Amino acid sequence: MSFNGNKIRIGIYMAIAVCWLTAPFFLNNYQTDVLNNIAIYAMLGLSLNIILGYGGMFHMGHAAFFAVGAYTTAIINTTYGIPVLWLLPLSGLAAGLFAMVIARPIIHLRGDYLLIVTIGMVEIVRIALVNNVFGITGGANGIFGISSPQVFGYPINGIVNPGHYFYLLTAFLAFTITVFYLLEHSRFGRALKYLCSDSVAAEGSGIDTSGYKLWAFVIGAFWAGMVGTLYAGKITFISPESFSFWESVVMFMIVILGGAGSIPGVLLGAFLIIGLPELFQELQQYRLLIFGIALVAMMIFRPQGILAPQPHTYPIDKIDEKPDDREVAR
Amino acid sequence: MEQFFTQLTNGLAVGGIYALIALGYTMVYGVLKLINFAHGDLFSIGAYLGLTLLVSLGLTTHVGGVVGLLLLAVMVMGLVGVIGILLDRAAYKPLRTSPRLSAVVSALGASIVFSNTLMLVYGPGLKVYPHGLLPSQVLYIFGLPVPVMRIIILATSLVLMIGLYVFIQKTRTGTAIRAAAIDQDAARLMGINVDRVIMLVFFIGPALGGAAGLMVGLHYGQISFSMGWIYGLKAFTAAILGGIGNIPGAMLGGLLLGVIESMGAAYISNAWKDAIAFFVLILILIVRPTGLLGERVAEKI
Repeated sequence: MSFNGNKIRIGIYMAIAVCWLTAPFFLNNYQTDVLNNIAIYAMLGLSLNIILGYGGMFHMGHAAFFAVGAYTTAIINTTYGIPVLWLLPLSGLAAGLFAMVIARPIIHLRGDYLLIVTIGMVEIVRIALVNNVFGITGGANGIFGISSPQVFGYPINGIVNPGHYFYLLTAFLAFTITVFYLLEHSRFGRALKYLCSDSVAAEGSGIDTSGYKLWAFVIGAFWAGMVGTLYAGKITFISPESFSFWESVVMFMIVILGGAGSIPGVLLGAFLIIGLPELFQELQQYRLLIFGIALVAMMIFRPQGILAPQPHTYPIDKIDEKPDDREVAR
Repeated sequence: MEQFFTQLTNGLAVGGIYALIALGYTMVYGVLKLINFAHGDLFSIGAYLGLTLLVSLGLTTHVGGVVGLLLLAVMVMGLVGVIGILLDRAAYKPLRTSPRLSAVVSALGASIVFSNTLMLVYGPGLKVYPHGLLPSQVLYIFGLPVPVMRIIILATSLVLMIGLYVFIQKTRTGTAIRAAAIDQDAARLMGINVDRVIMLVFFIGPALGGAAGLMVGLHYGQISFSMGWIYGLKAFTAAILGGIGNIPGAMLGGLLLGVIESMGAAYISNAWKDAIAFFVLILILIVRPTGLLGERVAEKI
């Protein structure tokens, strides 16, 4: 029964993947650019999902980490001319380090207070960017002239040719999904889910709860920083307005509405929140109003999100047949 | 000295407004242990309703300035209070038994709904209040200038705060609110209608927030649909600073934050003015999460 269900699910995922990969051939440049935005927000949602979905920490300042990554890329690329894609790990590290410094003192705060402190953090970062902190962020105008990424000497311009950028983003999205899938099923992912559902029991079982929470923050921020690089390379100019508090709210809604802790849920959330409004252009101005109502209704009728995470199953016959268990029993 | 004094009176006037908004956060938190994220937007609704009523009814021209403004304030407070009760019914009541963070997300959704409704109804631009409703004279106290407008703002907020304090401390209903804040189940067993208490709290808090919105409109002259967030966050900081759940704490925190902010803007950097409150917020949560006069907020880890 469940085996059959799995088969159907895999079939559906394959069909969606094929549709996604062939989509640029049927769409114009503008529509492909919408898909690019969906991919970027899907990756941001997945990186926030580590903190909010598995870790259960109400973090609404994710745009700050995204901003640190994008600005690291923009500053180094425009000053020293280092190619954008080479800066991926560096931007990730910068955001991760920033998260480590910021999260250390606030990690122990109770859920709703953490939420408000992270809102404060993202606002401070935005104000710092506007005020041209250290004289390197370009103030309210931002930074212009970031170069487009190159793959094997082949330039990929996100503005002129969104179709090319689409495949770059898709490749990175596939990588992201793989990494977070493995992370979810690793010891780290299990520990995070455990401390999220019952932190006292987790602590009692020897899980270093604040350590794991901190690492969740750092990993989520690292990934958001790398997505910041891809974003900066795509639009080639960035300004503080791209990293406002509302960006954080959008990422938050993607995870909560789609299904916190569920990778397919977050992907669906990104599609619904970034892609769907484009299909209903005439309703554009009601977009946030509808999302607000959806958040309230969702909490009342389906608080776990549209595609809730499925509990992990361990097939009992396979566990019994494990030889090393029998060795131990003897 | 003159600059210091100017900043002090400015800070106290703004602080009075923060304190009024903070009372709404702290009262709801006291009874429900819920941070009402939509409270800042109730404040902007107060400002917009005040403008609409002021322009459409022309109260100040019909019955004279002072009486007209008082009538206006009563109407705005009543309307915003009713909206507060409706908010509770729609977004929070169905979630009383859910995990607390569900209610927080719901509050966030309600906040988005409110601010966007304001934008759709009134348009995205700034709205301007009519001029000259509050006197613009300047008093000189020991040779130092004090704008009368600031005195009126501060005095009004102090009167409202003291009124609330007396109501909570001295009346039977106030005692019921305090009892429900300490232990809802015990209060229910003592025959207190806790649902009625929650309704009352969701009337009084937003009503005070609405009054603050009206005062901001009259004092600064212009309002925007998104100002609720920033005022809300600062008022929340004030509530934390004083100790959340604690009514005198919210008053103290509001006035203190107003003064800190206006001093910081004057002596440190005006460009960083909006960030000062957030630095205060982060600092207070790290160093003394109980606030100046309040309960414990950090998780035991």
